[in-house]
Amino acid sequence: MANPTGWKPDMEKGAASAARDEVGLGHATRGLAFEEGLLFERGSRGRTGVSLPKRGSEADPARELPAELLRPEVDGLPEVGELEVVRHFTRLSTWNWGIDTGFYPLGSCTMKYNPKSSEALARLPGFAGAHPLAHPSMAQGALELMYRLERALSEISGFDATSLSPAAGAQGELCGMMVIRAWHTARGNPRKKVLIPDTAHGTNPASSALNGYEVVPVKSGEDGRLHPDAVRAVMDEDVAAIMITNPNTLGIFETHIAEIAEIVHAKGGLVYGDGANMNALLGVARPGDMGFDVMQFNLHKTFATPHGGGGPGSGPVAVKAALVPFLPLPVVAREGERYRLVTDPAERPQTIGKLREFWGNFGMFVRAWALIRELGPDGLRSTAHLAVLNANYVRALLADAYDLPYGTDSLHEVVFTDKNLKPTGVTTMDVAKRLIDHGFHPPTVYFPLVVHGALMIEPTETESKETLERFCAAMRAIAEEAATSPEAVKAAPTKPVRARLDETRAARKPVLRWTPGMKVE
Amino acid sequence: MRYHPHTEGDVREMLEAAGAKSLDDLFRSIPAPLRLSRPLELPPAADEVTLLAELRRLAARNDVEHPPFVGAGAYPHHVPPAVDQLLLRGEFFTAYTPYQPEISQGTLQALFEWQTFVCLLTGLEVANASMYDGATAMAEAALMATRVTGRSKVVVSAAVHPEYRKVLATYLRSSGDRIVTVPYGADGRTDLAALKAAVDQETAAVLVGYPNFFGVVDALPEAAAVAHAQGALCVSVTCEAVALGLLQGPGALGADVAVGTFQSFGNPVSFGGPAPGFFALREEHLRQMPGRICGATVDKQGRRGFVLTLSTREQHIRRERATSNICTNAGLCALASTIHLALLGKKGLAELARVNYARGRLLAEAMERQGCPSVFSGPAFNERAFEVGDAEAVVERLAARGIAAGAPLARFYPDDPRLKGALLCVATELHDPELIDLFAKAVRS
Repeated sequence: MANPTGWKPDMEKGAASAARDEVGLGHATRGLAFEEGLLFERGSRGRTGVSLPKRGSEADPARELPAELLRPEVDGLPEVGELEVVRHFTRLSTWNWGIDTGFYPLGSCTMKYNPKSSEALARLPGFAGAHPLAHPSMAQGALELMYRLERALSEISGFDATSLSPAAGAQGELCGMMVIRAWHTARGNPRKKVLIPDTAHGTNPASSALNGYEVVPVKSGEDGRLHPDAVRAVMDEDVAAIMITNPNTLGIFETHIAEIAEIVHAKGGLVYGDGANMNALLGVARPGDMGFDVMQFNLHKTFATPHGGGGPGSGPVAVKAALVPFLPLPVVAREGERYRLVTDPAERPQTIGKLREFWGNFGMFVRAWALIRELGPDGLRSTAHLAVLNANYVRALLADAYDLPYGTDSLHEVVFTDKNLKPTGVTTMDVAKRLIDHGFHPPTVYFPLVVHGALMIEPTETESKETLERFCAAMRAIAEEAATSPEAVKAAPTKPVRARLDETRAARKPVLRWTPGMKVE
Repeated sequence: MRYHPHTEGDVREMLEAAGAKSLDDLFRSIPAPLRLSRPLELPPAADEVTLLAELRRLAARNDVEHPPFVGAGAYPHHVPPAVDQLLLRGEFFTAYTPYQPEISQGTLQALFEWQTFVCLLTGLEVANASMYDGATAMAEAALMATRVTGRSKVVVSAAVHPEYRKVLATYLRSSGDRIVTVPYGADGRTDLAALKAAVDQETAAVLVGYPNFFGVVDALPEAAAVAHAQGALCVSVTCEAVALGLLQGPGALGADVAVGTFQSFGNPVSFGGPAPGFFALREEHLRQMPGRICGATVDKQGRRGFVLTLSTREQHIRRERATSNICTNAGLCALASTIHLALLGKKGLAELARVNYARGRLLAEAMERQGCPSVFSGPAFNERAFEVGDAEAVVERLAARGIAAGAPLARFYPDDPRLKGALLCVATELHDPELIDLFAKAVRS
């Protein structure tokens, strides 16, 4: 049939320009994406997505319970079938970035791959279905796993004992500071202050304040490190502890840690280590050998457990022998071939008490233990080696394109800034958003606070050389684009289901739940 | 190593680019004496076949053949397979805190839906994006009440979950706030006269279980009235959230804050964790609420979207003046609850609650037939304390038959002679009438 328009597509040229415009360096393109409303805006009266057993009794709650305490049904709940629910959440999932989708170099959050075998194991009925109050004879497997994990974490960190119970890294910090306070109190004086370097983790000051401590900031040096003189100047007999993140949030090892610990110990203070960056040290060095008295793990970071949306975490706390009596309950004890939980304060009269219900985030223990077992001593050391190698490779590939505020050696993460882009008007936030169009999750931005316009990149050991190269090529492409067409960078992202979101409006006019007839547009 | 993609060639080239002579050289900033000069003392690496076999053996040492008759804060419920299959989608699974909202809309919208579910079930105006667990949610509620009221005394019912009260004590030790515990009566409800006597102008909060630790539907409206008469906040604490499918939301009964756990929705008992805590309150106290909050907004093109909001209350900005030190939540567990609640919907939740109520009644009747009466006379949902004689012996004996029988209350209340032989047991949709009958007989024999 003749071509009535006479128009001839230039296939090759069209394909080339599409590739140039549409495919990011991480191979990002636009796919078929669906708009998806809220659950509460769909469905139809009378639908349900469950199949329930019969009641088995004619018992009528209205006969036993006062009428004012009863409600026939919960108004506003959706009425949807199983397929509607499955489609709803499947579609929502496609609006998300995940490590299974692509590279996730979020600094200080250690977003490494979560092994699928760990997931399979946490779902074994013997683990998922174990009741925390079942008789210990019915839970020996769970208790043995907790015991082994506790021993392994103590060995990895160089401490004498570890409490598994804190529910997250920040709760681990809170726990560690409670232990420190209890130790000081037992010696007659809880003290008043906690020293916190500006390169420490964000939650450290709040964790100290919640323990009734006044926070004294300590400035790091020009090399991004904490210096003994700076600590000496503020250390006195009112200081309960110093909280140090090592490697710090610049990815730099605190080389003077042993001397700093001596200064603090000499005045009767303790040294708290934030273990959020422990991935860099696995099998290479142990905080317990450097003068730290307490440290928290972040199992979800270092040992890869899932935390979609920001949790669950798990923040075990390791301590030196002198602090063991103060650890929260429970602890697992091994007696011959049997295991049991110590839950009675009579056995641990100096315990700080209990931090969460039951025994901790056990499901996370299974995943972490599985990974430790699979890696073994050599694999753990390789993890640190390759995480640090990857960070240094990214550093080398980007050092001439982005400003490196600290020339000091990097461990597992490296911090750049947007200083070089200043003349173009393109900021760190713009670079981050443009990376999305290229098919990469942005690094952590504007943190640590000591660096202006920070871009903190943590590749982790699970990423391949090719992925890092594509990421760095995208970063370099954005730097070039900033010089030639800054407005294009500032218009990013253009590929996700939503363009830049108005965060100011969300805070000024909070809409925090669906209500009938709700309209936000 | 399957999680380490580096070939020897890759390592060589990368080291060269980084200007390092060897992998060890990358660690030169760590002084030699601080480095570990030996391998970690851990078992050698296990291949996948060995790993799975080893952990399966461990799991098999937990006896989970029968559904447990223990609740006491961790409730055995059926989780529809659709929940886990959706949860396992990698995009939900590993997305960390949604720092980049444009590519986290799935997680953010689901959290907005979770907040809505929490509000609908509790009858309160706003909720956060979940807490570590129920116990810490309660402790944070008490701390929040002291900030809101400027008072330093917290009054808690002895019928609130004992583990929750222990966590409360740990959290309040450093703040210097005082805890006063009021007793329960013969019906298992909070003793209102004692409550009235304990609450005064110094009281920041009154904490009451709903249902309480004994499975009894406590006198929440009356407790709220006592709290309000003295200008204190009333906090309701719910561990078995399925009950809210049958009972009025605590907000409708006067609670100012509702906390607890939605573990019963979509989350296995998993030896006690993780599970999502919830936190809901009246809008006037919004800016004092701990934890993350998700809010609706618009994008540049005017389309509805979601972001984390009101973070000025958080550690990000004010650090030592933050409302709490919470950084993470239990987002994935909250998502599991959200999916389960979506499946249940209006009809399913109402029916699930009624099945649970009916099974609780069946259990009570079966136990009574065996000469084990209920300890408390107050109205119950799906959990009750029964007089069984030597409760520890019953637990021990049934454990040998693979049944987790219940929680002996004397463990939690050693000073109350009324609870010496009391065993706290639950029946849910997992316990069919025949199983309930067999259980009651086994308790007695």
